[in-house]
Amino acid sequence: MIDLPKSILEKAEKIFEEKKIPQHKREKILENLKNAYKLYVYEPGEAIGIVSAQSISEPATQMTMRSYHVAGSAGIRVTLGLPRLMEIFDARRTPTTPMMVIYLDKQYQTKEKAREVAARIKEVRIREMVTDDVIDLLNSQLELKIDLKKAVLFNLDKEKIIDNLKKNTKDVTIKSHEDKILVSPKKEDTSIREMQKLKSKILDMHLYGIKGIQQVVVKREGDEWVLNTLGSNVKKVMAVEGVDGARTETNDIHEVAKTLGIEAARFVIIKEASKTLEEQGLEVDIRHIMLVADAMTATGKIQAIGRYGVAGSKGSVLARAAFEETIKHLTAASIRGRKDRFNGAIENVMVGKLVPIGTGMFDLTMKADENEKEENSKSKESK
Amino acid sequence: MTDIYFNGKFVGTASKGEKFAEDVRKKRRAGLLPSKMNVVYYKEFDEVRINTDSGRLRRPLIVVEKGKSKLTEEHLKKLETGELKWNDLVAKGLLEFIDAEEEENAYIALTENDINEDHTHVEISPSIILGISASLIPFAEHNRGDRVNYGAKMTGQAIGMYASNFLMRADTKANLMIYPQVPLVRTESSDIVGLATHPAGQNLVIAVMPYGGYNMEDALVINRGSVDRGMLRSAYFRIYETDEKKYWGGQEDEIRIPDPTVRGYKSEEDYKRLGEDGIINLENVVTSGDVLIGKISPLRFLGTVEEFMTGIENRRESSVTVRHGEKGIVDKIVISESADGNRLIKVSVRDERIIEIGDKVSSRHGQKGVVGLLVNPEDMPFTESGIIPDILFNTHSIPSRMTMGQLLEMITGKTSSISGEYFDATGFTGVDENYIRETLGKLGFREDGKETLYDGKTGRQYEVLIYTGVAYYQKLDHMVANKIHARSRGPVALLTKQPTEGRAKEGGLRLGEMEKDCIIAHGAAMVLKERFDSDKYMVAVCENCGFIAMNDRTKNKLVCSLCSESKISWVEMSYAFKLMLEELKSLLIYPRVEVGEHRNPG
Repeated sequence: MIDLPKSILEKAEKIFEEKKIPQHKREKILENLKNAYKLYVYEPGEAIGIVSAQSISEPATQMTMRSYHVAGSAGIRVTLGLPRLMEIFDARRTPTTPMMVIYLDKQYQTKEKAREVAARIKEVRIREMVTDDVIDLLNSQLELKIDLKKAVLFNLDKEKIIDNLKKNTKDVTIKSHEDKILVSPKKEDTSIREMQKLKSKILDMHLYGIKGIQQVVVKREGDEWVLNTLGSNVKKVMAVEGVDGARTETNDIHEVAKTLGIEAARFVIIKEASKTLEEQGLEVDIRHIMLVADAMTATGKIQAIGRYGVAGSKGSVLARAAFEETIKHLTAASIRGRKDRFNGAIENVMVGKLVPIGTGMFDLTMKADENEKEENSKSKESK
Repeated sequence: MTDIYFNGKFVGTASKGEKFAEDVRKKRRAGLLPSKMNVVYYKEFDEVRINTDSGRLRRPLIVVEKGKSKLTEEHLKKLETGELKWNDLVAKGLLEFIDAEEEENAYIALTENDINEDHTHVEISPSIILGISASLIPFAEHNRGDRVNYGAKMTGQAIGMYASNFLMRADTKANLMIYPQVPLVRTESSDIVGLATHPAGQNLVIAVMPYGGYNMEDALVINRGSVDRGMLRSAYFRIYETDEKKYWGGQEDEIRIPDPTVRGYKSEEDYKRLGEDGIINLENVVTSGDVLIGKISPLRFLGTVEEFMTGIENRRESSVTVRHGEKGIVDKIVISESADGNRLIKVSVRDERIIEIGDKVSSRHGQKGVVGLLVNPEDMPFTESGIIPDILFNTHSIPSRMTMGQLLEMITGKTSSISGEYFDATGFTGVDENYIRETLGKLGFREDGKETLYDGKTGRQYEVLIYTGVAYYQKLDHMVANKIHARSRGPVALLTKQPTEGRAKEGGLRLGEMEKDCIIAHGAAMVLKERFDSDKYMVAVCENCGFIAMNDRTKNKLVCSLCSESKISWVEMSYAFKLMLEELKSLLIYPRVEVGEHRNPG
């Protein structure tokens, strides 16, 4: 028999107390509850994998290729719909639009304070502090004009910028001249290409804030101030003062797996996938998505759904060969002398055997001697 | 300085590019430069391109100068009398052909009334923006754009008079409408295209109403009386051809009645209807599999020397038979010579195609449908004057598709069929709707086109008025007779022993990958097993080495060619899998079959 899960029992108990339901009625209600629950439990032999796959992919086919849809008022363009869903299930290294939702501590719940935190989080590069850049080929040096007024906003001045530059560059001499910073390579006669490389390298250099956070938007969400960011860096953001690390979210699955562990990554997969489907107005039971997320994270590492992930790590040689990269799997199997035990569905369909799923899962067996005994006793009775 | 390119090559510069291009145009209009030359000035690149090469799409426009069309009433009169010809207008610079690039520099008015100071050209007719098929659609401007597109696509599939010399032609496949009509509601271009001499449809009486659910979802209910009188009837011609090929070694095909000694000889009965020359006689009724041209060919592979020398059975039967699923009457026979100089026989088989349930029919407004029911004329609704509509067209096809053109065509057709005049319904310039309604009123009908109809079964008057009219309907080249297909047992492919594919090969309907997934999702393993049993095969497998064993017929014993003494058991598997095992062996992969305990009943 199936027992009701703890959470449901607790909930029922709570309602019983609230409504003051007598004991004899409680038992009856619990029994009905049990029967109702039983209907929702999969039966042994049910092909839940295929049911999940169909339940997700059927609505996914209805999704149009629209990816320009702008989410909310945050003003950040997000990948949505099918492209995003593919991104999640393919377990791409980085999302096309990495995003974070940062919640703040109680003492930072004013607009000004939230903005202050936002300013600390947003990455500032040298490019943003420079109003003009010139490559002086005659003297083979780079002239960077610094916007000092802007720098003050980020608690920076020219000296700090120069310090930062010195720390992060090699083989260059850095001089200060009025409101300009002059950078010249120590090496003699550098080519134009090298100068240009140096320029873009310096301009992209990190100066302030958290690496990877390109944009921060302060938003009012309910009765709370929240930061939405473009770009993601969970590890650093969680450490920032004023950030409520426990509630902070990101859509970068791999980053979560690295910093918070595989269970958290599983949760992000479920959340992101169901959010994507919901946004498109599609209803998919969360348990289907949970199953996919389980399959993707079961090994402790994130695996994509596909040739290099879940499908590529199937047990059966024939099933893998039937999917993609036939030759690779067959040669590898023949070199290592692999066996196919015919436990899966695909292999059995291939050879025309009964599939061990649903009605094909069960055998009728009985012990021969006991059978005899019974027959004997029956024959005695008849006598 | 403006760069000037001639057919893509740099040729020089001009100080003022725009003026230069204008000068070139003036000279072209004056006849000093060839009329097939086009010139364009690109502001953004500041360059002039002159093109005279082939492959540019060009279209004619009337030249406008200083806010006035250069083509005047005077010219039109002269055109009518024949004093002026099209080419004269081009030579005089009144008309010019403009290519896609030069169009970028032009400012084209749609009609003469729209012209202002800035215009450079005016359209000859606004309907010229439509292509050939689209210009045949009446009241196209009253339809939604996509419907015009669908309608134009489907006119191309209409069965009609495809060529006036059809009796002399030998097309492989041809459809011919038996009694085509000229549309009552025409367009200007239908005369130019030749729709009057090559019509592709019939003017039918349409009532817009549902009928017992038999015209749901774009189906059509049609009057059996009309069908019996020849409505939407067509003929289907198919040519079967063969020639006496010559082979290496002086051997050649022979067209004649095959001898019983020939390999693959059918039976005397099959060749009974062939004439002395081995060709079937005219007006014979034939069905699929019947021999049309008797032919024997040399063997593809020669057998032993003895066989070859004796001359017995060294020819094979290669007669031409009627295709699977087709029938007809032998219509004509052509005896000619092929390009290689071989004797060539062509036999045309004609089949009468009476419209039936499942045939596709369409109006000219993208309103296609299949015939859903044939109703006896006595059961059809009828009007006060006793007119029984040919087609009952469902009301639900109108609101979402918004084909107002069809509704207008219907009342225009109705007016036309009573007054006896053709109406012009060219896009944008066609006959005025109010005029049609007035005329219809004067002829004694309601101006809104609705009529009182009576139920044919009960004789009761319908509670609502029903929109009736005459529309031009086309029978499209998608007939059930060409598509109907079913199979229970039948031929299998040689290599895989799986059922063949395709209607022509009497093939099976594939239960594909996704259908398989559905059956698995239902847990119906036995159903799946049954479905995939089509290539079931028993293989003898050696339990020792896992190789496929062989059946020694002389000793009536199973033997493994690798092991001398071993247990051999029969294993059931799909033939496709057995084939794969053998193909793996050819790739030097050794697939062993390990025989385990018998687990499930097969």
